[in-house]
Amino acid sequence: MSSIQLEVLLQTLISGILLGGLYALIGIGMTIIMGVMKIINLAHGELMMVAMYIAYVLFSAFHIDPYLSILVAAPALFLLGVAIQKFLINPVLRVEAIIPENQVILTVGIGMVLANLATIIFQSDYRQTPVPYATKAWYLRDYWKDSPVDISLSLPWTVSFTVALLITAGLWFFLTRTDTGKSIRATAQDLDAAQLMGVNVQRMRVITFGIGSALVGTAGCLFIPIYYIYPDIGGQFTLISFVITILGGLGSTVGAIIGGLILGIFESLTATYIGMGWAPVGRFMIFVAVLIFIPGGVASLLRSRKLGK
Amino acid sequence: MKTYLPYITLTILAVLPLLGLSSYWMHIAILVIMWSVIGMAWNLLGGYCGQVSFGHAAFFGVGAYTAAMLYNKLHLSAWWGIPASVFVVALFALLLGYICLRLRGPYFALATLSIGVIMRITAENLVGLTNGDVGIQLDKRTWIDKTWYYYIILLMAVGAFVAVKKIIGSKLGYYFVAIREDQDAAESLGIDTTRYKTIALVISGVITGLAGAFYMNYMGYIDPKVVFALHDISIITIMVVMVGGAATSAGPVVGAVIMVLLAELIRSIPKLGTAHHTLFGVLLIVIIIFLPNGIVGDFSKIRNLFRTRKAAP
Repeated sequence: MSSIQLEVLLQTLISGILLGGLYALIGIGMTIIMGVMKIINLAHGELMMVAMYIAYVLFSAFHIDPYLSILVAAPALFLLGVAIQKFLINPVLRVEAIIPENQVILTVGIGMVLANLATIIFQSDYRQTPVPYATKAWYLRDYWKDSPVDISLSLPWTVSFTVALLITAGLWFFLTRTDTGKSIRATAQDLDAAQLMGVNVQRMRVITFGIGSALVGTAGCLFIPIYYIYPDIGGQFTLISFVITILGGLGSTVGAIIGGLILGIFESLTATYIGMGWAPVGRFMIFVAVLIFIPGGVASLLRSRKLGK
Repeated sequence: MKTYLPYITLTILAVLPLLGLSSYWMHIAILVIMWSVIGMAWNLLGGYCGQVSFGHAAFFGVGAYTAAMLYNKLHLSAWWGIPASVFVVALFALLLGYICLRLRGPYFALATLSIGVIMRITAENLVGLTNGDVGIQLDKRTWIDKTWYYYIILLMAVGAFVAVKKIIGSKLGYYFVAIREDQDAAESLGIDTTRYKTIALVISGVITGLAGAFYMNYMGYIDPKVVFALHDISIITIMVVMVGGAATSAGPVVGAVIMVLLAELIRSIPKLGTAHHTLFGVLLIVIIIFLPNGIVGDFSKIRNLFRTRKAAP
């Protein structure tokens, strides 16, 4: 392998890991909702789209940096998630219907409305937030003159990745160290037992949906400096988060992180060596392979290792 | 009255073209019947067997592309696509069932959704086979007049209606309902659930594929964005059944009439056209919350609503 080829490979792997970190954040949002609610939120990507447009408006109207707009977008998305859960999903949980997947179809309806409203307000143009540091990067040769390969590290990607890591760590702290976090985990593990122990399950559901939405909203703000937006962008991110949750194991947070990284690296490899248009097909191939060979996802592998010891 | 209703409807539909309707209204009638065929197919899988599919556009598109590729590559009449699509779609559904039917409930729903999207992307990228985004066009449609198209799709609808009715009345139908109500209980009673779910998927897929092959012949032009559309095919299919009434034989027909007329109405009002997904989404939310079993399924609920209103003053 010549040094150029090695350089391309390393560069691809690095951008895959950076992408994977962001994917993990999207996946975690979906997986905690799935764990507590036992439903798939098909409006997940659309919620992310809403956050991206919030960041876009803040940037173009007030010149607020997309990274700072997390402080606005995340609470806004939290409230949006709470409202969806409280006023739309909770009533449906009580309704008797023939088709069991009513709530999932409901989230599709919500996603359709959100995407279409965005089209009406912003038109279906591609939009960007042209931040001044968008093309800045660090080069390995600047620090190590005789390095055999030159690798660059894009500034916005790295910042996004770091923020994603910090938020994931914060979430871990919240889920394991605080009362509310513990109640959420208890609800996910066993709804009836949690209720018997005095956990307010209804409230936990509402909070969880809010947190899941806030997480994906944050991911949206982290994506916008390096990506572009259009109203129908949500669908692809819903699929991505679904593949990540299947890959990671349903409802597993650690699994979602690993799943996100695997998907990011794989997509980056597909884009470099096969072609940009094929990345979604690669996604799907991972998905099929996981279903056939490790139906429980990465989480089941981790668990079986632990039991083996 | 209730037992004769299908015959009465059929008689009315059979003489409809003789009334000399305008070309536009014939087009609407054809669309309504085509959507009720797709709705019946979805209803068999989703309503009776309880496997909610978000990817029926995949079957529709594979059926349409079978007809289109026979025409484009083998220079046969696109009508051959109708028998050919039965085999192609059945094979495709078997493969899909092998992968997706390992999943249950919402996971199956999402898996089918991603398959619909994947099929679109594959069709867009395999330019040599499908012409990619350019699409495939028939040089000339068989008839200018719409009467024959109308009777062909009507024949398909009658076939699909009778087939679904026969299946639901047979042992197979009871297996399907048992799977929908409780898959574990069905399994413990000795029903090979994977096998029967696959049967439901294949039948449902084949009927949808036939509608797709018809669509190619009727419209004379397809491209990946049209036939593999998520919102405009897969979701509308679900809405046709949800609005009309899941697990009822008349539901898909009622749903198709409402959805097609509503879509045309929204399109005809300027400025509202861009908002049609919002209106459909709101309609879906309202139906799920207030009429979860659709207009036919919750008919007594609607009737009671009007009765109490009348009694109140």
